Amino acid sequence: MATAIEKCVHCGFCLPACPTYSLLGEEMDSPRGRIYLMKNVLEENLSAADAQPYIDRCLGCMACVPACPSGVEYGDLLVSYRALQERERQRSPLDALARKLVIETLPYPKRFRLAVQTGRIGKALRGALPEAFASMLNLLPETLPPPMPTPPLLPARGERRAKVALLPGCAQQVLAPEINYAAAHALAANGVEVHNPPAAGCCGSILLHVGAEQQAIELARRNFSRFPDDIDAIITTAAGCGSGIHDYELLFKDQPDADRAAAFARKVTDFSAFLSSLGMREPTGFASERRLVYQDACHLLHAQGQHSEARALLNQVPNLRLLPIADAGMCCGSAGTYNIDQPAIAAELGRRKVASILAAEPDLVVSGNIGCITQLRQQLKSIGNPLPVRHIAELLWEACAGSD
Amino acid sequence: MNQSFLEALQNIFPADRLLTRDVELLPYESDALTAFQTKPAAAVLPENDEEIIETVRLCHQHAVPFVARGSGTSLSGGSLPIADGLIIGLNRLNRIKKLDPQQRIAVVEPGVINLSISEAAQPYGLYYAPDPSSQSICTIGGNIAFNSGGAHCLKYGMTSNHVLGMKVVLADGTVTQFGGESIEGVGIGPDLVGLFVGSEGLFGIALEITLRLMPQPELYRTVLAAYDDLGRAGDAVSMVVASGLLPGAMEIMDRLAIKAAEASVNAGYPDAEALLIVELEGEALQVNAEFEQLHGIIEESGAFEIRVAESEAERARIWKGRKGAFSAVGRLSPDYIVQDGVVPRSRLGEALVEIGALKEKYALDVANVFHAGDGNLHPLILYDGREAGALEKAEALAGEILALCVNLGGSITGEHGIGMEKRDYMPAMFSEEELYIMQALRRAIDPKEIANRGKMFPGGEAPALKQHGMHPLEKAGVISRE
Repeated sequence: MATAIEKCVHCGFCLPACPTYSLLGEEMDSPRGRIYLMKNVLEENLSAADAQPYIDRCLGCMACVPACPSGVEYGDLLVSYRALQERERQRSPLDALARKLVIETLPYPKRFRLAVQTGRIGKALRGALPEAFASMLNLLPETLPPPMPTPPLLPARGERRAKVALLPGCAQQVLAPEINYAAAHALAANGVEVHNPPAAGCCGSILLHVGAEQQAIELARRNFSRFPDDIDAIITTAAGCGSGIHDYELLFKDQPDADRAAAFARKVTDFSAFLSSLGMREPTGFASERRLVYQDACHLLHAQGQHSEARALLNQVPNLRLLPIADAGMCCGSAGTYNIDQPAIAAELGRRKVASILAAEPDLVVSGNIGCITQLRQQLKSIGNPLPVRHIAELLWEACAGSD
Repeated sequence: MNQSFLEALQNIFPADRLLTRDVELLPYESDALTAFQTKPAAAVLPENDEEIIETVRLCHQHAVPFVARGSGTSLSGGSLPIADGLIIGLNRLNRIKKLDPQQRIAVVEPGVINLSISEAAQPYGLYYAPDPSSQSICTIGGNIAFNSGGAHCLKYGMTSNHVLGMKVVLADGTVTQFGGESIEGVGIGPDLVGLFVGSEGLFGIALEITLRLMPQPELYRTVLAAYDDLGRAGDAVSMVVASGLLPGAMEIMDRLAIKAAEASVNAGYPDAEALLIVELEGEALQVNAEFEQLHGIIEESGAFEIRVAESEAERARIWKGRKGAFSAVGRLSPDYIVQDGVVPRSRLGEALVEIGALKEKYALDVANVFHAGDGNLHPLILYDGREAGALEKAEALAGEILALCVNLGGSITGEHGIGMEKRDYMPAMFSEEELYIMQALRRAIDPKEIANRGKMFPGGEAPALKQHGMHPLEKAGVISRE
């Protein structure tokens, strides 16, 4: 942590990239300001409790990392600091309960499904509940889609070009099982043999994001033996999973299984990155022109440096017109559990993102991340706009369907 | 800071825009020169002119010093807070109030980011010319305070050449308008806009600034010339200047810098004692005509090899080596001192020869990479800090080079201003009388010396000057003091 803090020279190049700074316009809510606060807490010039609200307001979107000329590894710093503070932090009973709910349900599909069903009862009582719960409930859908299990092995269409396993994810498979289903079929249509290890589970990233380091390690470790060894890649369809897994090296530092964690992480690739490096078979595309906005997920764009991969795939689809939008790299406010923890800022960022999307007049929005998709759908719904928001895997499967 | 002052501030600002707790103030205690840290007594975040004016008047009434701050990117400590003083954070005043493509002007608030003006003007084929390296985040208010330059100030001038008018609140609370909307208007009476620009925040705060916009260049032509003598490259710059040509940029690298650039980015430069890069930009017809003239001058100047970029890729390759050279020097030496001096460009050759002689005298390596076009010399003095006495020797050489710049009629700073960092060097450059006039002017406008107190005028410690080697941003190739 000390090295990361020392590297920061306070130049301010991170400021324009930071969503909270652009919204709040205060140094405390900027990357360099937060680093400065963390430094003062670690040097015991400032109490951790005083600094906490500003650290909590960080989305963890990582937009400051590529913006930083000195190479401060802000992501590592934030994760380490949050984990450190979480051990000592005093939370109010309600706050602690809300957090426990997140930690104990989101990563586990069965529990989460149950929670959503229970949540429907909660919605009736929304007015009587504290804000943290109300915003949590707002995110839950009215109804859950039926599960869409993918077979343990989906064979490649035509010549087999690669062999992969799909990371099932956690909340996503309850909220939007169609994403992994589409991803598996889109891959198969491109000559990829897709394995769906039945026992595989949450990668722990969402827990890492909220500073629950130990639980994250436990979940991550479970997956190591559940994936086949003889595969070319482990495919993620959620941005946060990919970036979290790429942090396994840090997470497993001085832990048993560090080597296995590193080997696992090396195989993990995002859906779009994998497909674009493999090369997509000629998609049939669409009969008439569709105007499309691609929503960059922060954990693909900033945390994994993926800007061109998804765009290259989309540009390959006949009759698909990719539209640029203003401030494309600015977070939509979803950011893991952020719209639960900081509903006001999340909503304002969502409102701005939707405004810049709508200015491009698209027929469709796609993203590589369920968090963004949920956030955008919710924001669009709140203004009564029916613009569809889908996962890129769904669109590409549709575009490739003709080659099936 | 007394209680009645704070209470009066509370009447102007809601609690979330009046910062008084440690956790809120610590992040404001430095700008981009972290060698200095001073926690202010309070900070306010105004959102309109009236709040700024009321705050300044209150400061004047209570004799509380204040520092206006934009994005806090000064590299000379220009926006360092004052203990017991107030920070007036202007970054929320970030509206472009008017953009008139016919008149080619923009009217902006002080917290507007430099680059966002060019972005807003881009659809009209216009841009705001001054381009400091930090243009993606530095604010116009700060650019005005420090009369910021940038890579293209050779052709287009510094900030002062682009400010047509401004509404200001002076340190005593007077609100007034300097200049206007047209360049002609500036010529009437004393140039008060010119007085205010570059005053390092000592006169007050600009509230609304009218800026000149320029048409985007249509064409670039880039020439690379190799010389077997550094002084000759310097003379070539003087020849170009004397011919009446005004290139967009003119840059020189010496043998050591070329070696560093080659090691770093493999630019494929000729093996030479010195390289000169000249770039013309503007309307195609004019640039093509000027290019013929330039080519003739370069041939005449004794260059042994001339390369002309025939494609955008070749142009990029020439610049890649140049832009990477400064940071690449770090590969040649464990430590070095960076200098920020300026000499009149007509005396460039002379200065380079003298630096060469000093180099011999001290038996130290000096790499030269600089904006030759505006005489902004940037000798990098290489030394090994692990050797006893090496630092002292390098510092002595640095001192002689600085004195040389002043003696040749140049300056102690190229781009970053005096701020906290170089205030003790002011007497090396200005006579007692000149400093007296500056002080008298300042006191006439700010009798209580509350606006950015402690900056620019000599006095006090200057710890940043004791820092050596590159700023990490320079290492990364993001900024340069060249």
